[in-house]
Amino acid sequence: MKEIIKVSSLSKEFGTLKAVNGISFSVSEGEIFGLLGPNGAGKTTTIKMLTTLLKPTSGSAIVAGHDIKSDPNDVRKRIGIVFQDPSLDDDLTGFENLQFHAILYNIPKNRREKRISEMLRLVELEDKASVLVRNYSGGMKRRLEIGRGLVHEPKILFLDEPTIGLDPQTRRHIWDYISKLNKSTKTTIILTTHYIEEADYLCARVAFVDHGRIVALDTPKNLKDMLGGDIVSVNIEEGMERLEKVLRTVKWISSISRRGNLLELNVKEGEKRIPEIVKLADARGVNIGSINLHKPSLEDVFIHYTGKGIREEEGNWKDVMRMHRAARNR
Amino acid sequence: MTMEFNAIYVLWLRDTIRFVRAKSRIIGMLMMPLFFLLGLGLGLGSLVQLGSGISYFDFIVPGIIGMSLLFTSIFTGSAVLWDRQFGFLKEIMVTPNSRTSIVIGRIMGGATTAILQSILVIVIAMLIGFHVVLSAYTALAIVFMALIAATFISLGLTLGSVINDFQGFQLVTSFFTMPLFFLSDSIFPASALPVFVRNITFLNPLTYGIDGLRIALTGSGTFPVWIDLLAMAISTVIFVLIATYAFSRTDVG
Ligand SMILES: Nc1ncnc2c1ncn2[C@@H]1O[C@H](COP(=O)(O)OP(=O)(O)OP(=O)(O)O)[C@@H](O)[C@H]1O
Ligand SMILES: [Mg+2]
Repeated sequence: MKEIIKVSSLSKEFGTLKAVNGISFSVSEGEIFGLLGPNGAGKTTTIKMLTTLLKPTSGSAIVAGHDIKSDPNDVRKRIGIVFQDPSLDDDLTGFENLQFHAILYNIPKNRREKRISEMLRLVELEDKASVLVRNYSGGMKRRLEIGRGLVHEPKILFLDEPTIGLDPQTRRHIWDYISKLNKSTKTTIILTTHYIEEADYLCARVAFVDHGRIVALDTPKNLKDMLGGDIVSVNIEEGMERLEKVLRTVKWISSISRRGNLLELNVKEGEKRIPEIVKLADARGVNIGSINLHKPSLEDVFIHYTGKGIREEEGNWKDVMRMHRAARNR
Repeated sequence: MTMEFNAIYVLWLRDTIRFVRAKSRIIGMLMMPLFFLLGLGLGLGSLVQLGSGISYFDFIVPGIIGMSLLFTSIFTGSAVLWDRQFGFLKEIMVTPNSRTSIVIGRIMGGATTAILQSILVIVIAMLIGFHVVLSAYTALAIVFMALIAATFISLGLTLGSVINDFQGFQLVTSFFTMPLFFLSDSIFPASALPVFVRNITFLNPLTYGIDGLRIALTGSGTFPVWIDLLAMAISTVIFVLIATYAFSRTDVG
């Protein structure tokens, strides 16, 4: 498939801090591509460079056929973005926000109205069009921002943490809009997130970002398969030795480890193997207390690569400001 | 080219709509000039006698308008610091419009609201006894207001572009606003100052802006009106250029 974004050893330094440290990847046309990583990983900085808001310290990127350094204006014409922090004007109505946006992209008057109403329909805010944005809920604001980002028919839509701070139900809703618009408009989408499920649910491919670097990049399925399948934990009341001995001879178990009276088995398609494990235990009179099946998530893969989880709290003044704003907007 | 006008127009329209919609904000912005009118104008005015034949109240109203233009303009301009990170500005910065048109749009929007606000102050002042002397120069009042606003919105934009943290910001803005305010002949005639200090006021654009307003509204001032106009025009051009330069160089976020 055609490449629409090509990033080559892109870096950004703030003083001595290497916020983005030589990342390279490409995105195909029509793909939903995700950058997944903890706070401060450099996701937003990457997005800001690709959307021409920040100048890279080194490296280059071609976005929608144009170089971000040498023709930023041509890049800007072809992209839409939803920022991590809210960027709507609260004192304007939903319609006005989109209208001003359309004027800023020089959409002729006759097409303007049509585009705006199409986008309002896409994000299901037609009936709120003339309400001041300050009276919108958090989820409605996010939807309006997504609609706004699409008014000028960009080739690529950048979504920086599209569902941050939203409740799980609203988050699901936004996911539906995102996949709907990706299918219906064929817009390429590149999103950042630190929600595992978001990346897993939406993205065709995911890049794990940590400390400004990409530590792994593949489809969610391939990433998870890399860990060698599911973990079946068997809690044994009596007969640990006997069961372990026999399980060690079973071909479909790739590894076994013991933790107290837990036996952890690494198994592909664990749910199908549980009955067999029970049968083997019964045959040897082993007493099983409980069995627990754990499917690896992208989080496990992330931990595998970086030795730590994705959610990590870090408070700088920006986060504090964000909290204030979020509280005000509620 | 039409594109550039679009950006300017949208920024101007946005500020104007916001101003008209936010009634509470208008009242908030009128509070300070109102206190000055009452406290300095009427209170102090009853004790002070100026040699020039003009009442102290009539003298100080243009000064208070200049002051409120100074404060609102610097505040409006410097809001880019906040906007760069959290506001609508990022959305503008990522559109295919030049930085220059963004600066100009912002200045025009801010100047329009500052002028509307000043007109309200004049009306209130007239209600409590300010005498506007109509002359060929009266309409120039709007021009002086626009030039004062453009100069100091540009100063605010420059500060908001150069400074990167909120803590130092308050300090730096008051470091600029206070001397600009006191070292102009806003609340007392500069002739009352020692020569050395008086010479400093000649370097302050606000001195000429307020003098121009005084001529336009009350008919009497220190300098000929063309000097005031020239000085304000020059300071506007210089400050707008600096602001455009500073703003184009800043990164967003
Ligand atoms: N303008 C700036 N000046 C200095 N440091 C910055 C600036 N912007 C970002 N940083 C730093 O660069 C690093 C990467 O920040 P970035 O915002 O890209 O992270 P992120 O992955 O988007 O994290 P989050 O999940 O918090 O949004 C952080 O350590 C951050 O504090
Ligand atoms: Mg971020």
